[in-house]
Amino acid sequence: MPEKRERRGLGGWIFLALVLLSYGLIGLFEPEATTQALTFFLHVMRQVLPVLGLVFILLFIANLLLEPKWIQRYLGTGAGPKGWVAAVIGGILSIGPIYVWYAILSELQSKGMRTALIATFLYGRAVKLPLLPLMIHYFGIAYTLVLCMYLVLFAGINGILVEKLVPQKDNEQI
Amino acid sequence: MQTENRLTNSLYKTINSFVNVLPIIIGMLLATSLVITVFPEQISAGLFGNGDILDALLGVSIGSIAVGHPLASYLLGGELLRGGVGLVAVTALLVSWVTVGIVQLPAESLLLGGRFAITRNVVCFFTAIIIAFMTAFTLQLLGMV
Repeated sequence: MPEKRERRGLGGWIFLALVLLSYGLIGLFEPEATTQALTFFLHVMRQVLPVLGLVFILLFIANLLLEPKWIQRYLGTGAGPKGWVAAVIGGILSIGPIYVWYAILSELQSKGMRTALIATFLYGRAVKLPLLPLMIHYFGIAYTLVLCMYLVLFAGINGILVEKLVPQKDNEQI
Repeated sequence: MQTENRLTNSLYKTINSFVNVLPIIIGMLLATSLVITVFPEQISAGLFGNGDILDALLGVSIGSIAVGHPLASYLLGGELLRGGVGLVAVTALLVSWVTVGIVQLPAESLLLGGRFAITRNVVCFFTAIIIAFMTAFTLQLLGMV
């Protein structure tokens, strides 16, 4: 496991270096666009910082309280209906950009969370509770209800399909 | 003593995880900002109008590569609907916008595994099309469109 963690860390820094390199290259030809992008980044970063704080707290709680045995029992391969419901509701209630949640799911994955439930959680995020009034405003209440119903239904179907195509063992080895 | 050790261990593990995740999050935010600034956000309704299947494929493709707040997809979807684009294409765009993430793929791969990330996004791409057709069909059945 420590080797896996170290590889992940190095991959992240390589990714950041590649993005910065892209900025440098685009900056040579489009300095104005690059400056605009950096300004936008700073604006978004200010909005994301509180979410990052929340992620740190959730990671700490996960490390402190969640035992691999518990995760395997309730969110692992033997998870019952409660696990599916928890994954869908958790996805719907999760706030902030999706990539900050990858970190928490990665931690739960390493503790034994089932592949299907990770995919279900991520799909559940498609239902945006705070934005429902706006969706109703643009598309009507019937459309919003029907679409949300299918999104919840397909969260589970999506989880099953992903797990069929990416078995638990294969996923852990990557 | 044991509780103190557990707290210290958990804090150490959390800091370690966070330091590993931080460059990915910052890299994602930088990449997203660059894509939003360099590539135009406006998509013409004129691109659509080639039948439900092709329009759904176009809608889901745009939604898959799009970045930004889901609210932007509502605005764009609303404008497209007003411009005469079909409900199937607009729904495909809305669903793929929040379920498929080509731009987020590197971060998802690094943290959850490459095979998982690619498979999940491919499955989401196709389920977005299925949901689009089913939503339009259900609303038709209910006499809502």
